[in-house]
Amino acid sequence: MDNSILIRGGRVIDPKNGVDAVLDVLVRDGKIAQVGEGLQAEGVQVLDAAGRVVAPGFIDMHCHLRDPGQEYKEDIVSGTRAAARGGFTGVCCMPNTHPVNDCAAVTRYILEKAQTQGSGVHVYPVGAVSKGLEGKEMAEIGRMKQAGIIAISDDGRPVTNSNLLRLAMQYADHFGVFIMSHSEDKSLVGDGVMNEGFISTKLGLPGITRAAEEVMIARDILVAEAEGKRIHLCHLSTKGGVQLVREAKARGVRVTAETTPHYIGATDDWVIGYDSNCRVNPPLREEEDRLACIQGLVDGTLDAIATDHAPHHMDEKRVEFHIAASGISGFETAFCVSHTKLVRDGYMTLSQLIEKMSTNPARLLGVPGGELSVGAPADIVVLDPDREVTVDASQFVSRGHNTPFDGRTYYGAVCATIVGGRVIDRE
Amino acid sequence: MKRKDLLGLDGVSREEITGILDAAMTMRQVVRSSNKKTAHLQGKSIVTLFYENSTRTRMSFELASKYMSAAAANISAGASSVAKGETLIDTGVTLDQMGTDVIIIRHPMSGAPALLARHVRASVINAGDGMNEHPTQALLDMMTMREHLGGLDGIKVAICGDVMHSRVARSNIYGLTTMGANVVLCAPPTLIPPRIEALGCYFAPTIEDACEGADVVMGLRIQRERQQKGLFPSVAEYCDNWEITPERVALAKKHALVMHPGPMNRGVEIASSAADSSQSVISQQVESGVAVRMALLYMLTRREA
Repeated sequence: MDNSILIRGGRVIDPKNGVDAVLDVLVRDGKIAQVGEGLQAEGVQVLDAAGRVVAPGFIDMHCHLRDPGQEYKEDIVSGTRAAARGGFTGVCCMPNTHPVNDCAAVTRYILEKAQTQGSGVHVYPVGAVSKGLEGKEMAEIGRMKQAGIIAISDDGRPVTNSNLLRLAMQYADHFGVFIMSHSEDKSLVGDGVMNEGFISTKLGLPGITRAAEEVMIARDILVAEAEGKRIHLCHLSTKGGVQLVREAKARGVRVTAETTPHYIGATDDWVIGYDSNCRVNPPLREEEDRLACIQGLVDGTLDAIATDHAPHHMDEKRVEFHIAASGISGFETAFCVSHTKLVRDGYMTLSQLIEKMSTNPARLLGVPGGELSVGAPADIVVLDPDREVTVDASQFVSRGHNTPFDGRTYYGAVCATIVGGRVIDRE
Repeated sequence: MKRKDLLGLDGVSREEITGILDAAMTMRQVVRSSNKKTAHLQGKSIVTLFYENSTRTRMSFELASKYMSAAAANISAGASSVAKGETLIDTGVTLDQMGTDVIIIRHPMSGAPALLARHVRASVINAGDGMNEHPTQALLDMMTMREHLGGLDGIKVAICGDVMHSRVARSNIYGLTTMGANVVLCAPPTLIPPRIEALGCYFAPTIEDACEGADVVMGLRIQRERQQKGLFPSVAEYCDNWEITPERVALAKKHALVMHPGPMNRGVEIASSAADSSQSVISQQVESGVAVRMALLYMLTRREA
């Protein structure tokens, strides 16, 4: 038996090629060899996908693998396994590690560890914009690019200095690298720990105004517009932010943007009871923001769904809300939450969701995958979209069990994840 | 009483509040008597766990415990130990193991008492958490008002000062609105939290509007650091617009009460001439405080299983 796989009888959804039909997919030598009806192949491994959906593997534009330096939260091994569990075949890991991924040596470390010890999921490191994420001097973008970064970001922190942003945009463009911006005005955040609104008033928790995010989104757009350069905006959470991107796109600014499953699946009233698993930055917003993020995905304002997978140790969450770490472990709930809140709730088709989680991220990043074209890498996810799943964080593959979705019921299971023709995760 | 904890007045019914206030009237006889000793809490152990400085609240709880023969102990942890020291959950579990019946907690972070209560067997009383709630203060305020005004239904209570950062304000809003009172807030716009009206109170544009026809004019402490953080430009300008003065109190009803949870910043949120006037019941609030806390401790330790 060679290493070929015949994925038989699934509903194949490949938005890039406009395919949505019950077909077989034959994988040979790590690539898609054939897609069609009634395929026959002798002596190959057969994966029965009857009643399942076969789609290009998900690509996460935004996650934290915590390696190097915070392996007690997650490392490249556990993180890539968790990604595979969630149906991801590629992930972009943010540079806020210890040390920061601001030089080629760290980039090479991440890639080598992913290559030798990872689950098989492609890891695309994101380099820092500034050395040490300090927002002062530009990091060695050219050398990091040569080592293998996919983009740059100071994620976790904004690039507060507008001129540094402008210069980095110009400079990075020379190397074919674009900026992923964590848009946040720290002076407007102040000591805030949750969305500012009725719930923050009721709970007596310091609030974070939406303007903290929107002011910087507006600035990022204006700088990109003035320079004619490209910018990608991370983890949008507000109605106003979505509108700013919509208007910018309409006038031709080279801006793209993502939101996350938690901004379309949770709102600030979840903080009632002070559950620190609801602490995340940007904070969970209100229903009108949630609906605006959904609308943004539907009308194309928002290009992608990224997880912002941010695993933390239990000890960092079992404390007062104010001092709890910010972030949600997101790989393993991304599909079920997004599918339930977008497809089952009637806002988009499953094909459109796959576009947001696979096709578009691949295109924005310029990486292989995101399609089931003949000759493309066999990076594939097999899904059971209508299966009821109750989230059990204690069973997460990720070291981070921090999720506000724990115990809640959604629809959508990941049955198998295939990278380069190899089944790397199977339920 | 059925509840294990008192974390706030949000969601506490009119009947429960009335029950506590009625019991407090009885307890006040003890506070006023020459032999301040009853056996209500004999064999019970009560710990105050304070992560913030406090004189009156902690002393009030401690005396309430001692007047009723409880074993009372105090733990003072600096605010710095919140981030650096033992976790709150670990401290709580330790106190539980020592047989503590009631933990009274004050903490600079909203929600800390809720976190503690979820992890301990002991009853938890919130003695003030961040900007969230300070339920026993509101209970003692309501006890004082009820006694002087005969009831709480339909009265107008003007609360003036730093509403944004005030746990006293939130507890009073919850408690008073539950009891049928009308709560009117007045403060610089920078010291009013968003959509506070949705809690069932009103916002008065000027302090004169707030005081007009009020039954109670209550001041809230203005910390000087709020000015340094840029929330208002100067104490002088604050006083011009929002200080509780006898002239402003004169706009209220004739019998109106002047109240303040203390500690007061005289000459900032309240003029001495108002605080020390015949209408002021500020010192009686302190007496009510001991009585309310006695009632609450007694009721929580006798809760139905």
